[in-house]
Amino acid sequence: MKSHIGPAIRLTVVMLVLLAVIYPLVVAGIAKLAPGGGKGETVTVNGKVVGYKLIGQKFTEDRYFNSRPSAVEYNAAGSAGSNKGPSNPDYLKSVQARIDTFLVHNPGVQKDAIPAELVTASGSGLDPDLSPAGAKIQIARIARVRSLSAERLNQLVDDHTEGPLLGLFGPAKVNVLALNVALDQLK
Amino acid sequence: MSRFFRRTSMYYQLLGLTLLFVFAAGLAVLMGRYMSRVFRGQPTALDVLTPVERCIYRAGGIDPYQSMTWQQYALSLLTINSIWLAYALLALRTQASIPFWNQGGIPSMDWSLAINTAISFLTSTNLQHYSGESGATYFTQMAVLTFLQFVSAATSLAVGVAVVRSLQAKTSSNVGNFYQDFVLSITRVFLPLSVLGAVWLLLRGVPMTFQPYTLIHTLEGVEQTVATGPVAAMIPIKHLGSNGGGFFGTNTAHPFENPDMVSYGINLINVLLLPIAFVVFVGYFLHRKKLAWLLFTIMTGCWLALTLPIIQQELTGNTAVSLLGVDQSMGNLEGKEMRFGTLGSAFWCGVNVVIPAGTLTSMHDSYTPLASLFMLLGMQVDAFYGGVGTGFLYMFLYLIIAIFIGSLMIGRTPELLGKKVGIPEIQVAALIMVIMPLLYLGATAIAVAIQQANPDIGWLSNPGFHGFTTILYEYVSSVAGNGSGFEGLADNTPFWNLTTSFVMFMGRFIPLIGPLAIAGSLYRKQYTPPSAGVLPTESVTFGILVTAVVLIIGALCTFPALALGPIAEYVSQAK
Repeated sequence: MKSHIGPAIRLTVVMLVLLAVIYPLVVAGIAKLAPGGGKGETVTVNGKVVGYKLIGQKFTEDRYFNSRPSAVEYNAAGSAGSNKGPSNPDYLKSVQARIDTFLVHNPGVQKDAIPAELVTASGSGLDPDLSPAGAKIQIARIARVRSLSAERLNQLVDDHTEGPLLGLFGPAKVNVLALNVALDQLK
Repeated sequence: MSRFFRRTSMYYQLLGLTLLFVFAAGLAVLMGRYMSRVFRGQPTALDVLTPVERCIYRAGGIDPYQSMTWQQYALSLLTINSIWLAYALLALRTQASIPFWNQGGIPSMDWSLAINTAISFLTSTNLQHYSGESGATYFTQMAVLTFLQFVSAATSLAVGVAVVRSLQAKTSSNVGNFYQDFVLSITRVFLPLSVLGAVWLLLRGVPMTFQPYTLIHTLEGVEQTVATGPVAAMIPIKHLGSNGGGFFGTNTAHPFENPDMVSYGINLINVLLLPIAFVVFVGYFLHRKKLAWLLFTIMTGCWLALTLPIIQQELTGNTAVSLLGVDQSMGNLEGKEMRFGTLGSAFWCGVNVVIPAGTLTSMHDSYTPLASLFMLLGMQVDAFYGGVGTGFLYMFLYLIIAIFIGSLMIGRTPELLGKKVGIPEIQVAALIMVIMPLLYLGATAIAVAIQQANPDIGWLSNPGFHGFTTILYEYVSSVAGNGSGFEGLADNTPFWNLTTSFVMFMGRFIPLIGPLAIAGSLYRKQYTPPSAGVLPTESVTFGILVTAVVLIIGALCTFPALALGPIAEYVSQAK
């Protein structure tokens, strides 16, 4: 044992220098060349930062495309999912409440047309996206509130829809913040 | 029409994931061959690093050419691991007072949490009873957690290599030099791959900064504090090393850890690469390609048998939510992210329960009951690829037991790759296989008993059978070194911190030292060339036998517990 302690301590110090000092500093150096300089890319409107490109934010007003429910109300300094089990009665009650709220805010929408994503909380609580269906079901409401035509909004959603990568990877999605920024610019 | 379109798009996505897996396996073949050259000391493209390694040996006061017996190997490993544990404990207890790489506002960890976190990262489990954004400073994330992810992974790989080295067709009493295997694992495998992975992730927008969290005003005018940090340095090694501890609380589901399908692909390849490459390494190193193919086929077949039902269950959706009448054609979306969808999330889950990186792109607690059944099975066996190095160690134990049973059945001498398997080897292998389930089942029994006696203890956010599964999952994951969790468990309490620390510690070092002892003993024995008098270990029949042994020992022994958790929840839901 004794003969191993010396090398163990010395090797640990060497490895700390290599892995905990040199390695992070090299990666941080390379980050300066990356998009956003390694600080996370921001979205600006009229020179003012309104959010991060990758981080979802809370949209509950009728005049915006609403984002998904979040277990932490889009607290980007404390991400979490709901961690509710599929058969938990409290959980099912809260899903039911979200369905009711959605129907009140979107009269005319049939219950079986509501995509499940709009009544279930995301994994990170910071999901920045919706599916195209999740955005389109909100068009009638927004068209009414903003006095815009549904066709223009439909076009807007289509323009902001990213298809699967190379047609093969991942579902189609719409970034809600980018969509709402563009929505504010519609005249 | 739209439903038809969604189904077609699902097939394309499935094709995409299949291609991703094939690509990762292809890279793993190259990697396995490269690793065989590295650990044989043959020339490779990275020999430019030889002077760096020489510096490390000199600064560490190490003679890398001095060969060790298995006991010396184990002792040097345990000694340096104890140093890391002491260092980690000290750093976690004092993280608040370390002035640099500190975003501010993070307290030092209390004793039980510090012990849990230190052991969890030392054992490559990465259970994480703290939440990254509020529980760890940048210094801790880099100099403790990322550091431990590197060195614990290199420890696993080193032992894997030493065991494989001892299975060569020759006789020796020394299994190699721990320090050399360890240093080469870092300089030739983990560090270069991590730098490469970090660059890719940076290009996708993963942050790497030491500035504090920023406050912004959202489009609706609400304040939002956004946590960033030195993320890009941690993510590659957490996947490559089968570690799994994320920078943020929600792990790989967090948009800053995994922004899109490109980063998903990079991360998935990093999870799969080394565990598969290790099987290839075995084939090249021992010149036994048939054995490698056999292991690869068993592992891939069993992995698919676990993953496909998870995908199917999740795509079908939560029956209770269907009853509420909304459109669930995109699957069970509770706890999932839209950029990965149900398919991508469930596929990721399937990979990360068999490989104990155990990272989450979706919250396992919200999966359907039968999906959680297959998750538990994957973690219990821990050898369908398994972790880098450690997956093979488990498979090695299953092989020993299968050889013993198979040879007894046909009346031959038990022999593994030309070495007689004697009573001590069988005893060690069987003992480990009994201790592992005993650890998680015993701990589950204690926790459930306490929960029953104190229903208001507030551990579980989900009642009933699901609550039982939560407890079982926590301990299985701890023993298996997986580290994923049903996060609906209030686990940052002294009870949970200390009990999981204990089972993680045992679940790590017993299956690390045990196989080393068996291999050391086999290496010393006379090699006999293959003859008709032994059970052939590279045949399809033997493959079936090994699979049966894995299923019976690794899976069936916990059937009663599984029946009380996921199966009971499923049946009660179907009612």
